[in-house]
Amino acid sequence: MNQYDDLSEYLLRLGDSAVVQGQRLCEWCGRAPALEEEMALMNVGLDLFGQARNWLEFTAERLDDGRSADQLAFCRDERAYRNLLLVEQPNGDFAVTMLKQFFYDAWHYHVLTALKASSDKRVATIAAKALKEVTYHLRRSSDWVQRLGDGTEESHDRMVKALDVVWRFTVELMAGDEVENRLAAAGVIAAPELIAEQWLATVSQVLEQATLTVPPAAPSFYLSGREGMHTECLGVLLAEMQSLQRAYPDAVW
Amino acid sequence: MYAQMVETGVKQVKALDDMSPEERAFQEKVDAEIKIEPKNWMPDAYRKTLIRQVSQHAHSEIVGMLPEGNWVTRAPTFKRKLQLMAKIQDEAGHGLYLYSAMETLGADRDEEVEKLHSGRAKYSSIFNYPTLNWADMGAVGWLVDGAAIVNQVVLQRTSYGPYSRAMIRICKEESFHQRQGYEMLLTMMQQGNDAQKAMVQDAINRLWWPALMMFGPSDADSPNSAQSMAWKIKRHTNDELRQRFIDQTVPQLEILGCSAPDPDLKWNAERGHYDFGEIQWGEFFDVIKGNGPCNRERLETRRNAISDGTWVRQAAVAHANKKKQRAAA
Repeated sequence: MNQYDDLSEYLLRLGDSAVVQGQRLCEWCGRAPALEEEMALMNVGLDLFGQARNWLEFTAERLDDGRSADQLAFCRDERAYRNLLLVEQPNGDFAVTMLKQFFYDAWHYHVLTALKASSDKRVATIAAKALKEVTYHLRRSSDWVQRLGDGTEESHDRMVKALDVVWRFTVELMAGDEVENRLAAAGVIAAPELIAEQWLATVSQVLEQATLTVPPAAPSFYLSGREGMHTECLGVLLAEMQSLQRAYPDAVW
Repeated sequence: MYAQMVETGVKQVKALDDMSPEERAFQEKVDAEIKIEPKNWMPDAYRKTLIRQVSQHAHSEIVGMLPEGNWVTRAPTFKRKLQLMAKIQDEAGHGLYLYSAMETLGADRDEEVEKLHSGRAKYSSIFNYPTLNWADMGAVGWLVDGAAIVNQVVLQRTSYGPYSRAMIRICKEESFHQRQGYEMLLTMMQQGNDAQKAMVQDAINRLWWPALMMFGPSDADSPNSAQSMAWKIKRHTNDELRQRFIDQTVPQLEILGCSAPDPDLKWNAERGHYDFGEIQWGEFFDVIKGNGPCNRERLETRRNAISDGTWVRQAAVAHANKKKQRAAA
């Protein structure tokens, strides 16, 4: 049963975004602004890699082409990666990191909430488990956005700059594509417009509390992580993450 | 052992008869294995020694994340990645837990961290060695956490209550890390290719002696041990613990099918222990003094983390104050 269909494609998107976001969090190891954050950043990353494994194991079963979840994550080229452009962006300072995390968490939260009611039982089960973790992720990143936005003059300025850096990558969170429209019509996932609406409501509320202004909708700029058209930074991230699997293709770890 | 050469500031252990009534009551309590709790009277030197030891232990947990951080972005599979991330998270947790135990002695976390950053406080010498291949992640778990456990299992009975309780909790997690590390090496040795087997042996070759050094100088060169033992902050000498570690580790080394970089390592039936070669104490003291392979990088990373994060911590405080003011208004 080799099912390279809409659902497999969508599962890759979910799994890949979690992998790449988790990988960026690993880069913070030993560099966080406080010990408590050291723990929290690693903890969120750990959750995301656990979720990614669940999504990609399911994908591997559906694809049934001899590739395992590990091979999907650690051997696929950047052009085959389906993650959001947002999560592959470099960490920058803590303001950029937390704003990226918040935009992703808000999207992730609404996506998973809808997937809990998916017509596909396996999807619904994985989503329900992930949602428990992501609910906490969103609470945490919302808190940080508010603290930094409405903290000191310096932290506010940094958040304004971070918003300028990160906002354009939210264009993907605001629009679906054919794959997602078909899955939504079949009751597997929520309609992309609905997710966009919910995402914008959450983001507007938190940014307002953070004394930050919601920018106008980001314009499209001809790249699409979902279609494997990435920014240049993904290739470098994957080169590091995949280095052992690439160097020793026959190895058992 | 995550604490090495902790100074007691005491030249000679006092006999009971030479003690003040308070000191004597304290020592009798310790001798009777009754735990000392934060509000109890304790000699100033005991308090200071414990602050040094517990803070050194906490610093070691935090600096110890860095050699693993070097590989966490390159872990080869989901399983190994999740294990390593969980281990690093545990270590941050141990650090926090130990700093809290230390604060029950009246010390301040920020002040003690500042001592680390300015080079006035120590951390375990082992973390000043680089991690150069993936097998180091297994070898660190097996040898470094293994050596730490030998010490910490004993410290579960240490005389200061909060430290003892911290050790009980930490030991459980460390044992788990050690088994994971060993299982990782075993997988590479039993199912891996030649390159992987070579990685494992290379990791052991580099980490073996530094792991033995973790127990601190031999008893003859350990002037602070007697007082720490009398206070039951320490429960066994460095050499006793080192021997225990070697005796339990060599059979595991044999199951791996690897060797130690020590031609003098052999079973001594008469002693009932393994004999082993001479440790290069010159290297140990160099590393402790700051001249190890990575001392400079490790401290620089920690200093940068805290200084780059200043604005974040300030923002958190400012925001909390604003919220408080709004609530009061």
